[in-house]
Amino acid sequence: MNLDARIPDGPLEDKWSNYLEHAKLVGPNNRRKYDIIVVGTGLAGAAAASSLAAQGYKVKTFCFQDSPRRAHSIAAQGGINAAKNYREDGDSTYRLFYDTQKGGDFRAREANVYRLAQLSTNIIDQAVSQGVPFAREYGGMLANRSFGGVLVSRTFYCRGQTGQQLLLGAYQALEKEINTGNLEMHPRTELLDVVVIDGRARGIIIRDLVTGEIRSHSADAVVLATGGYVSTYFHSTNAVNSNCTAIWRAHRRGAGFANPCMVQIHPTCIPSTADFQCKLTLMSESLRNDGRVWVPRKKGDDRHPRDIPEEDRYYYLEERYPSYGNLVPRDVASRNAKYVCDDGYSVLGDKARAVYLDFAEAINREGRKTISERYGNLFDMYEDITAESPFDGPMRIYPALHYAMGGLWVDYSLMTNIPGLYAIGEANFSDHGANRLGASSLMQCLADGYFVLPQTIGDYLHDIYMDKVDPDHPEFKNHEDQVRGDIARMMSIKGTRTPLSIHRELGELMWDNCGMARTAEGLKKALAGIEELQEAYRTDLLIPGRADGPNQVLEKAGRVADYLELGHLMCRDALERDESCGCHFREEHQTEDGEVLRNDKKFQNVSVWEWKGEDQPEKLHKEELVLEALPPMTRSYK
Amino acid sequence: MKFTLHIWRQANAQSKGDLERHEIDGISEDMSFLEMLDLLNENLIADGKDAITFDSDCREGICGACSLAINGRPHGPGKGCTTCQVRMRSFKDGDEIWVEPFRNAAFPIVKDLMVDRSSLDRIIQSGGFINVHSGPKPEPNSIPVSHLVAEEAMDASACIGCGACVAACPNGAGMLFSSAKISHLGLLPQGQPERHSRVLNMVHQMEDEGMGACTNHAECQDACPKEISIAFISRMNRDYVKASLIEPDKRRGTLSNQ
Ligand SMILES: Cc1cc2nc3c(=O)[nH]c(=O)nc-3n(C[C@H](O)[C@H](O)[C@H](O)COP(=O)(O)OP(=O)(O)OC[C@H]3O[C@@H](n4cnc5c(N)ncnc54)[C@H](O)[C@@H]3O)c2cc1C
Ligand code: SF4
Ligand code: FES
Repeated sequence: MNLDARIPDGPLEDKWSNYLEHAKLVGPNNRRKYDIIVVGTGLAGAAAASSLAAQGYKVKTFCFQDSPRRAHSIAAQGGINAAKNYREDGDSTYRLFYDTQKGGDFRAREANVYRLAQLSTNIIDQAVSQGVPFAREYGGMLANRSFGGVLVSRTFYCRGQTGQQLLLGAYQALEKEINTGNLEMHPRTELLDVVVIDGRARGIIIRDLVTGEIRSHSADAVVLATGGYVSTYFHSTNAVNSNCTAIWRAHRRGAGFANPCMVQIHPTCIPSTADFQCKLTLMSESLRNDGRVWVPRKKGDDRHPRDIPEEDRYYYLEERYPSYGNLVPRDVASRNAKYVCDDGYSVLGDKARAVYLDFAEAINREGRKTISERYGNLFDMYEDITAESPFDGPMRIYPALHYAMGGLWVDYSLMTNIPGLYAIGEANFSDHGANRLGASSLMQCLADGYFVLPQTIGDYLHDIYMDKVDPDHPEFKNHEDQVRGDIARMMSIKGTRTPLSIHRELGELMWDNCGMARTAEGLKKALAGIEELQEAYRTDLLIPGRADGPNQVLEKAGRVADYLELGHLMCRDALERDESCGCHFREEHQTEDGEVLRNDKKFQNVSVWEWKGEDQPEKLHKEELVLEALPPMTRSYK
Repeated sequence: MKFTLHIWRQANAQSKGDLERHEIDGISEDMSFLEMLDLLNENLIADGKDAITFDSDCREGICGACSLAINGRPHGPGKGCTTCQVRMRSFKDGDEIWVEPFRNAAFPIVKDLMVDRSSLDRIIQSGGFINVHSGPKPEPNSIPVSHLVAEEAMDASACIGCGACVAACPNGAGMLFSSAKISHLGLLPQGQPERHSRVLNMVHQMEDEGMGACTNHAECQDACPKEISIAFISRMNRDYVKASLIEPDKRRGTLSNQ
């Protein structure tokens, strides 16, 4: 497997400009001769597709929702980072690079992270010119807030709906290109296979979710912007239909899967209490700007939280991490919530695990109106779900699965190891190492989509000028037949287990053994458990209805097959990475006070897995990380 | 809790649909309405029946995918919330509940409770954007935007494109949806160059989609999960009149369709 990251020469600050100066270009008149497929219309996909279409390429986009505007990015709440240094609080491109690398526990590629920091400011400019209504101060300037893991205020936001507003900006750009005829949109379609011919990505096989038809689309390049895969855990903050199918099927066709075990658990979510709950709702990290996290010092203290005096409250983050306090990075905040609950301090007693996130002090300090303007919709959302108002007492929160740092391996140009196949946004592994800082995903998705991919894809396309393949090629037929065969096989099992029930069971195994804290023993148990579930899936699956029309259970069944395989690989990856780093916490490797203990000698690298076929174990490859500008140090937030 | 449900079943756009009766028991009051339907589906599948098809994704009120009329009301009983945010505690134990798709000529039924709302996307296509390429842009703080204007633009832009306003309107008008986008962009300095062409194009597209006109029922505002104000409709109407008077296509240069 070729894992040459193709990082440009020169000092870190100049790498991106060096790349641009030397990249091959496709001239404006030739662009219309190229077909590009973009799968996914979230921030990354919509930004890329609209930018490419505006440049003159012929673009086809796909999403499984009924409209591109509904991609999961719409749910992002808190904000987006950019090193504008508007607050004059010491921010800079280097500082954002530094925070991201440190936050990621030194498991990301320096050149990519630095480029991300460089491009961050352009994103804000671009979004504002598209009409994204970022919060403004009374003087008319852009407002900022802080997020975890940093000591500056660099997060831009639109109330608690930043993802929605940024996505609408990108969606509107996409709709504009449809209007001008450069872009063809296919909603309600699902990618089920990637077609690789003579070593190059040449197209995709899709299922039309309305008619059930299986069809081929060919292109000169295929871009996957299909989001993350934490829905493998069943309960997560992701939308209920988010899935790993696109990247997993690409992986089965040869694309390397990088760091699958690296997933993030978000510290502030509404805990699961109802039976049959389908997802966990996130309460944005921005709340930790004004909210203080605590539990009662006395176990089982059942006084109303407002009646518990200061001296009986344990503000564990503030006490343990005086300099970052409530704004420690997510992995640290999550793990500490787990520890206090492990020790019996949960504020939901036996019913569920939770800690308090309290706004009383901020409300006293700044007034109800200010706090309501800042977090209004989040408070409403909390009240809708729990029937309790955060103005009357603290929220009860607990960590939940949230984000995938791992994903398809890509080089500096965002191309996977399959020429012509790109992965952008959460679908790739590139910039967040072992832990992502808050407000950095929107930044990465839009940097990839607006500014990186549109400038790197020409370098590849230039080389394949007019070397076309169309959907009549026998390989497309072949792939279509395989997809139809798979569907027929799933439909014909007619057992007793619904895809949902298998998914739920997989989720429990993953959460218990491949979640916030992992052990070799637990991971081995999960591997065995998953193999049993795979057997149940093969022999006892039940899908009602027909395949020639809308069938949401069939859609789910296909996704669950992929979750099972990916979940298995995640556990193997977690087992092989015999160190702790960022979110990957192996209990065997911790410092005396319970912090992450890395092993840089052995694991300063990216684990990249190669699919070897149905009955073969995957093969592990490594991309060694060269960390020069910022050598790894012990990550301390004390 | 226990409920009797009457749920709309329809095989596809062409076939005739009907209400189907189901009993469901063991529902907790913290459960969401859609989780209750998930559970009903699990039961149906176990009985060898076809599951009920309905749209949803984020399940937290932001993507706009969910779209049921519950007891005749788009998005059900709550105020300012979507179907996916409705909790079973809003019903009484033993209630009978009617569940139907959003009904409107501009939203053909795909299957059961799932409808086709692509008309809303086509309205945005016709002009709901600011025409800019990706690339270097002016420094945003060089164009100050008053706090209040930014907040009002945000109020309008909070629309999730769910289509409840169209489904609730006796005339099937798309006014609230379109006016929200027209106001969001029209309020901001960046949206001024295309302000006139935008309102003309979007209003004409609404007509082409077969949506009706506004006769001030305000049902849209009442059903809107994001509580978008009908004041935006007045704003759109003013902009429309102004834009029609200016007649950009009779001027020199091009203002529309750049
Ligand atoms: C609740 C929540 C809050 C968040 N808040 C923040 C925040 O404040 N700041 C921040 O920086 N990040 C935040 N994040 C993370 C961030 O929102 C996501 O990482 C990011 O939006 C992912 O965008 P994307 O473009 O990669 O993919 P997505 O937005 O997930 O889009 C995926 C697209 O791919 C399509 N797709 C997927 N599979 C297929 C297939 N097989 N066939 C066809 N189409 C397919 C989907 O239809 C969709 O269009 C948050 C995440 C969550 C869950
Ligand atoms: S205006 Fe309200 S009801 Fe209409 S589409 Fe937007 S959010 Fe839905
Ligand atoms: S499912 Fe997203 S708004 Fe209801």
